[in-house]
Amino acid sequence: MLAFSIRRLISAVLVLFSISVLVFLIFFATPGVDPAARIAGRSATPQIVAQVRHEFGLDRPLPVRYVLMMEHLFIKHDLTSYENPGEAVIPQVLLAAPVTLSLVLGAAVIWVVVGVMGGVIAAANRGRFIDPLIMFFGIAAVSVPAYWLGEVVNLITQSKLHSSVFSWVPASGYVSPVSNPFEWALHLLFPWLTLAALYAGIYARVLRAELVNALNEDYVRTARAKGLSERRILMRHALRCSLISIVSLFGLDFGALIGGAALLTEVVFGLPGVGYLTYVSLQSLDLPVIMACVMYGAFFVVLANAVVDILYAFLDPRVRLAK
Amino acid sequence: MPSDPTPLSDAVLRVSDLRVSFSTRQGIVQAVDGLSLDVGRKEVVGIVGESGSGKSVAMYSMLGLVRDANVTITGSVLFEGREILGLSDREMQPVRGGEIGMIFQDPMTALTPVYTVGWQIVEQLRAHTDMTKRQARTRAVELLAEVGIPDPKSRVDRYPHEFSGGMRQRVVIAMALSCNPRLLIADEPTTALDVTTQAQILDLMEKLQGTYGSSIVIITHDMGVIAEMADRVVVMYAGRPAEIGPELDVVRHPRHPYTWGLLGAVPRVDAKSRRLTTIPGTSISPLDVPVGCAFAPRCEHRMDVCSQRPLMRGDGSHQDACWLSDEQRVAIRTKATAQEASS
Amino acid sequence: MIALVVVILVVTLCLLAPVYSGVIAHTNPFVSNLQGTFRLNGETVQVMQANTQGLGLGVTPIGPTWNFSHYFLGADQQGRDVFARLLYGGRASLLIGTVSAIICCVVAAVLGLLAGYFGGAIDWVLSRILDILWAFPVYLLAISLSVILLTSGLNVGFIHIGAGSLLLPILIIAAVFVPYVARPLRGIVLSLKEREFIQAAIGSGASDWRILTREIFPNVAPSIIVFFPLMVAFNMLTESALSFLSIGVQPPAASWGTIINDGLGLLYTRPAVAMAPGIAIVITAVSLNILGDGARDAFDPKAKLRGSI
Repeated sequence: MLAFSIRRLISAVLVLFSISVLVFLIFFATPGVDPAARIAGRSATPQIVAQVRHEFGLDRPLPVRYVLMMEHLFIKHDLTSYENPGEAVIPQVLLAAPVTLSLVLGAAVIWVVVGVMGGVIAAANRGRFIDPLIMFFGIAAVSVPAYWLGEVVNLITQSKLHSSVFSWVPASGYVSPVSNPFEWALHLLFPWLTLAALYAGIYARVLRAELVNALNEDYVRTARAKGLSERRILMRHALRCSLISIVSLFGLDFGALIGGAALLTEVVFGLPGVGYLTYVSLQSLDLPVIMACVMYGAFFVVLANAVVDILYAFLDPRVRLAK
Repeated sequence: MPSDPTPLSDAVLRVSDLRVSFSTRQGIVQAVDGLSLDVGRKEVVGIVGESGSGKSVAMYSMLGLVRDANVTITGSVLFEGREILGLSDREMQPVRGGEIGMIFQDPMTALTPVYTVGWQIVEQLRAHTDMTKRQARTRAVELLAEVGIPDPKSRVDRYPHEFSGGMRQRVVIAMALSCNPRLLIADEPTTALDVTTQAQILDLMEKLQGTYGSSIVIITHDMGVIAEMADRVVVMYAGRPAEIGPELDVVRHPRHPYTWGLLGAVPRVDAKSRRLTTIPGTSISPLDVPVGCAFAPRCEHRMDVCSQRPLMRGDGSHQDACWLSDEQRVAIRTKATAQEASS
Repeated sequence: MIALVVVILVVTLCLLAPVYSGVIAHTNPFVSNLQGTFRLNGETVQVMQANTQGLGLGVTPIGPTWNFSHYFLGADQQGRDVFARLLYGGRASLLIGTVSAIICCVVAAVLGLLAGYFGGAIDWVLSRILDILWAFPVYLLAISLSVILLTSGLNVGFIHIGAGSLLLPILIIAAVFVPYVARPLRGIVLSLKEREFIQAAIGSGASDWRILTREIFPNVAPSIIVFFPLMVAFNMLTESALSFLSIGVQPPAASWGTIINDGLGLLYTRPAVAMAPGIAIVITAVSLNILGDGARDAFDPKAKLRGSI
């Protein structure tokens, strides 16, 4: 197990390195694209562009610029923004992280509970009416654009029904849990529900499919022949074997979301998380910030991948010995 | 109805005219077509036939393990005098595992991979008795020892994939016997194992039968297993019983041409080498069962009357479903012996 | 089955967009129409109407008239007919979704087949590339590429793609999802390689090309067919997200995502502008998903056991 884990982590580091190179190349070295021109704006004169180029050190050779940026980012921790010169990037990201974390954690709790319940109920009642009903909601959940759902929720809670049913819903924004836990939760309530809706659908569908497959396996036949109740068979045998894949899926999704994949939800609900920061920096082409955000996000995705691989080996006794 | 060698009070299992059919898009498949058999106390009954003969389906449908929504099951199955056909899941649960134990064909997939073997045996024990966890665990270790698992105290906490195929089958047997069932049903218990392990498992089952006193129904396609273990034999073809009787009678004086084929196909070490007989033709599709005798299309001795389905008939405990008369059989046998002698 | 009908209906409606706007509604949905008027039930109605609520300042576009010949769903901030724009936008969204799904599936199939079949160094290199692409958070990659390429287009050697071309989102979205399809396909090829009939073909001396096209590909094709509608749905959703962020389809072209973006400012007064394209996306994506599930069940002999959608 240990050797496997170490190998996995080493390959994760290599992947992170490659991603950093890739990001750098995209933003600084796409053929036909001149970063200085972009920063200077579309209507800049050649002199201004040349000035920008020199100011930001863009006239140095590519590998040198890469090393310099990485150095500022990881070692000296003093990478500064293009857009707001002098403002350090890393603190910005760190400030945004707890917001994203609050959003993702709350939503994760909701979607796991709802998704697992949905999948179990659908599988237990397969063939009866509630089964395709739950599955239809699952498909609908996947088909809804995240940002649109957020806007619709806003529409209903802030405008249409704001004076009546939803008068208690606060305006968008974030409140730190440290200063006021109740307001923190209240502000996050609808963002949680919106983000959770998307994922609950997927999880319910995946779990149902896994459960139904498991229920057709030989070991379930043995369990029946042992005289166990259908409920016990579903919850103790089939579910336990199906949860393994759900856990892997969850690890990957959670990692991606912590890294800022919820940017649309954050933007729609006005939550200043990492995703929001990414969005803003992309709009203004604030390259150092973009770089930092992307690396931040990629780090968690890669970490989550590695953790899930290791966790999978831990959860499935069959895999444990093989590794 | 055939005359009854086993008085009702002694029959652990009495199956009467069991019929199982599936309605599929291509038509009705009659998987089991009128099976009747008795299993007495401490008796080993072997059900033999090729794949598709309906032998497994018959046993599964008796216990309500057929979960297909398109199935129709009729007939009567009396277990210890009680009708168990048509009982709900709830009513069957105490019977399954508690009074009737089952062993399945593929030991590699029969156990839940994420729980230890000890946990799975304890689960069954606690489902049917009111043992405490500790008592159940002790019993589990005892059972593992009885089925020949070495070092049972530590092996009880191992996962199924840490056992070999033969060992896993032993665990399954231990689990099936854990609640002292009166009847044990074994569906091709040795088919997936190598020859040496096969012999060990069969020996084990015989030994345990002596200890526990349960009756056994063993399903197989291998006449060798029948010869080794069975007291009585049911030969099935296309969902119908072809021949029933005490094992020695059926093996020494087989009456149905299908049984002749099955026995002729067994290689023998003692007799001088001769070509193994194969039964001509291929086994029929369950959708194409002919109106008369199911075996007629492949039978070398078919007659006109075979277009009518033969009923089970015979004297005493040895019955067969064939139109051949005893004289005809003697003639066929004489001819065959003469041929063998001259070749 | 219903899903198939719905999809065809949606596609047809959108393809007929020019017909609708030209013949029925007599509007040009790409041109501002702030001063325009039209006749409704005999009356002349202003497209942009004075605000009566709040401070009474500014103008608000007209709401849905529920009349097919004029501003069925009302007008947007530029006075343009929302319904006509919706149909045109559908063309763009469907086009981008479908074409990028085709490109994605084709490239993924090629990569997956090559990597899975040839193994060794080829597999290692291809898998590493796929891994890196895959580890890159999908949205971030799409957004990053879009941001860069959309300001100045793509100029690589002889390939010149203008910044406003629809080809850019198509290629970006296709590229981003290639690993998503390629990895499972590669897995299928790997397990196929172990099967006896492939071993037999190799043993009988068939050439690699022959094995790939005659034996492997037909067995991978069902999976590709199942992936396809799902990818169209995915890609459409991604495109709409990118367009919503203004880095997908560029004006004056419209797609469902851009219309939603346009409708944001009007969200509380004229919700139809933002709601309609969203609903359109949901209906189309749901139908595509159901189609994909149906295709998967059709190819899977054990599907009957599982039931449901």
